[in-house]
Amino acid sequence: MKPMRIFAVARKEFLHIFRDPRSLAMAIAIPMLLLVLFGYALTLDVDDVPIAVWDRDATPASRDFISRFSASPYFTIVRHVDGYEKARHCIDSGEALAFLVIPEDFSETASTGQEIPVQFIVDGSDSNTATIAMGYADTVAATWSRRVMMELEQRLAGKSSSLPVDMRPRVWFNPDMESKNYIIPGLIAVIMMVIAALLTSLTVAREWERGTMEQLISTPVKGPELILGKFLPYFVIGMFDVFLAVLMGEYMFHVPLRGSAALLFFMAAIFLAGALSVGMLISIVTKSQLLASQLAMVVTFLPSFLLSGFMYAIANMPRPIQVMTHLVPARYFVALLKGIYLKGIGLEILFVEAGLLAVFGIVVVLLANVKFKKKLV
Amino acid sequence: MTVTDTKHAVTVRDLTRRFGSFTAVDRVSFDVSPGEIFGFLGPNGAGKSTTIRMLCGILAPTSGAGSVAGFDIMTQSEKIKAHIGYMSQKFSLYEDLTVEENIDFYSGIYRIPREKKKERKEWVIEMAGLASHRDARTAILSGGWKQRLALGCAILHEPPVIFLDEPTSGVDPMSRRKFWDLIYELTGKGVTVFVTTHYMDEAEYCDRIGLVYRGELIALGTPEELKNEHMKEDVLEVACDRPQDAMEAVEKVQGVKEAALFGRGLHVVADDAGKTVGALRSFLEMEGYLPTRVEGITPSLEDVFVSLIEARDRAQQPQKEVAG
Ligand SMILES: Nc1ncnc2c1ncn2[C@@H]1O[C@H](COP(=O)(O)OP(=O)(O)O)[C@@H](O)[C@H]1O
Ligand SMILES: [Mg+2]
Repeated sequence: MKPMRIFAVARKEFLHIFRDPRSLAMAIAIPMLLLVLFGYALTLDVDDVPIAVWDRDATPASRDFISRFSASPYFTIVRHVDGYEKARHCIDSGEALAFLVIPEDFSETASTGQEIPVQFIVDGSDSNTATIAMGYADTVAATWSRRVMMELEQRLAGKSSSLPVDMRPRVWFNPDMESKNYIIPGLIAVIMMVIAALLTSLTVAREWERGTMEQLISTPVKGPELILGKFLPYFVIGMFDVFLAVLMGEYMFHVPLRGSAALLFFMAAIFLAGALSVGMLISIVTKSQLLASQLAMVVTFLPSFLLSGFMYAIANMPRPIQVMTHLVPARYFVALLKGIYLKGIGLEILFVEAGLLAVFGIVVVLLANVKFKKKLV
Repeated sequence: MTVTDTKHAVTVRDLTRRFGSFTAVDRVSFDVSPGEIFGFLGPNGAGKSTTIRMLCGILAPTSGAGSVAGFDIMTQSEKIKAHIGYMSQKFSLYEDLTVEENIDFYSGIYRIPREKKKERKEWVIEMAGLASHRDARTAILSGGWKQRLALGCAILHEPPVIFLDEPTSGVDPMSRRKFWDLIYELTGKGVTVFVTTHYMDEAEYCDRIGLVYRGELIALGTPEELKNEHMKEDVLEVACDRPQDAMEAVEKVQGVKEAALFGRGLHVVADDAGKTVGALRSFLEMEGYLPTRVEGITPSLEDVFVSLIEARDRAQQPQKEVAG
């Protein structure tokens, strides 16, 4: 390996990228655009669910119950109605997503300590949001009921009592239960995997298609020199993308980075080396830009999206699929990024993932070098 | 068998390349001496590029042996690559890079030492006449400029053997002339040039020529040797009316072997020019072709090649009929 040749190839490749606005857009604008789009689209939090209320009881007790909803951050009461027809209209027009009906005998039943059938009607056309809104409503109602029960018991027994089990859930690592906090780190991993492979998927194939490779393979340049030289500029761009993505996570999505930024970039470097080499390998094998870019997209996007644990927890997958996820490099990077971002943990815990990522990178780099031949046909 | 020949710049024995069942280069053998301009001449698809690629180490031969610049073509292709310059048939520099950037790239690839780098770069720019275009993107250059720049980049490291695959195709006549001047300049310094072409006139500029046809080398020698030895018949030049019709008609004349259109007239191959001139002229006059000129000439290389190729086709015809 001669540094002079590697440098010559790297410089030339840099010039290609900077001369071509499309490749620049692909290298920098597209990943950031994807991060913004997916970042907002995939954030699963549901807050401020607009609801309509029909208070058929209209007593202090029913008003107190309703006030629990308006005080909760999860709901906003957009309208008080009287009748199902009007409520239905609210939901059809999209003004409200759910409808709360307080029965006429609400306060009466409450004072006896019996079960009160409160109706909560949800627009199920977005089942995800509906499920989450129902969960919130349950929580609000349960908290209210518990308090009422305790007051009732106190009055009856004349002494204070407590429930046998007082469960106080506390969420660690993501205390606000904000989905963006785990979506964004995973998203960075998935986007970088796809973009890195796409970037390099064109580089060798382009030279075969344009005929410049025929000239190049007639020179004493060695395969590894050519591959490393081509790799370097994309590596720099990839690291710059990671840097931008981390900045956007911090200032746009307000995802707190609890762990070490240095560790994050170090892991990103290992991951990028593997991901860029995947694209390079595809480019070397196919010798066609179109085929290479399509193949790069297919082999990186779906597995990274579905099997990396970024959206769907690997533990919940069927056993054979779980085994398959081990072949998806993004899986390790997602685990690393989530670990560093959310838990602030370091290499002492993440070394398995880091090691497997490195092994993946080394295997792909070796394969790319073996597959590159300085011969036609 | 390995052939490592240091007396010759290029040596090839029974070089063969098959693509599937198709034989693109068939048992080709020849030698090229140092400092020689060796022309490889043949129609499209004859196997010129395939041969040159095998010699440059970028295409594996199916069988045969040979050496280039003293290195074995079967086992030392990477060594060969350090000692040759290759200019492929298709323009293969980077069109989005400037003239200087392309030169700098290849200087890096050939590891031209720092102290020589500048001098070599200036030499290429001057040789290609690109002094006022050094910062221009290669894409905007004319064919002649591109081709001279490509040559410059291929010989930055001053290789002793240069392979040029149809370097002048699609280039204007002035630029072709200039390009050949460059080739002479290089051979003047002892460089060996292996050049393929399908231009007959360019073949005349070569020291020696190999004629390839359908993968086989069918003739080898200096232009003079080919004209004198391979052409046993004589050639008559005919200027007349309606040469197309005349071409078919004259084949009936006693002593005429074949006729081909040549320029605006005909070239007629005959066993003996002296005996045929009279008969041919009176035949043309009688048939109303109004001949203005009928005379024996020294055959051109094209005559030689046409005659060799036709002889080849005639020889293979009966075999095919038997086989088919
Ligand atoms: N890679 C290849 N695969 C299959 N056939 C090929 C390949 N390269 C060349 N050929 C065939 O070999 C023959 C000789 O080609 P080539 O050497 O390029 O001819 P020339 O340079 O004399 O025009 C042609 O018929 C061509 O189609
Ligand atoms: Mg050719």
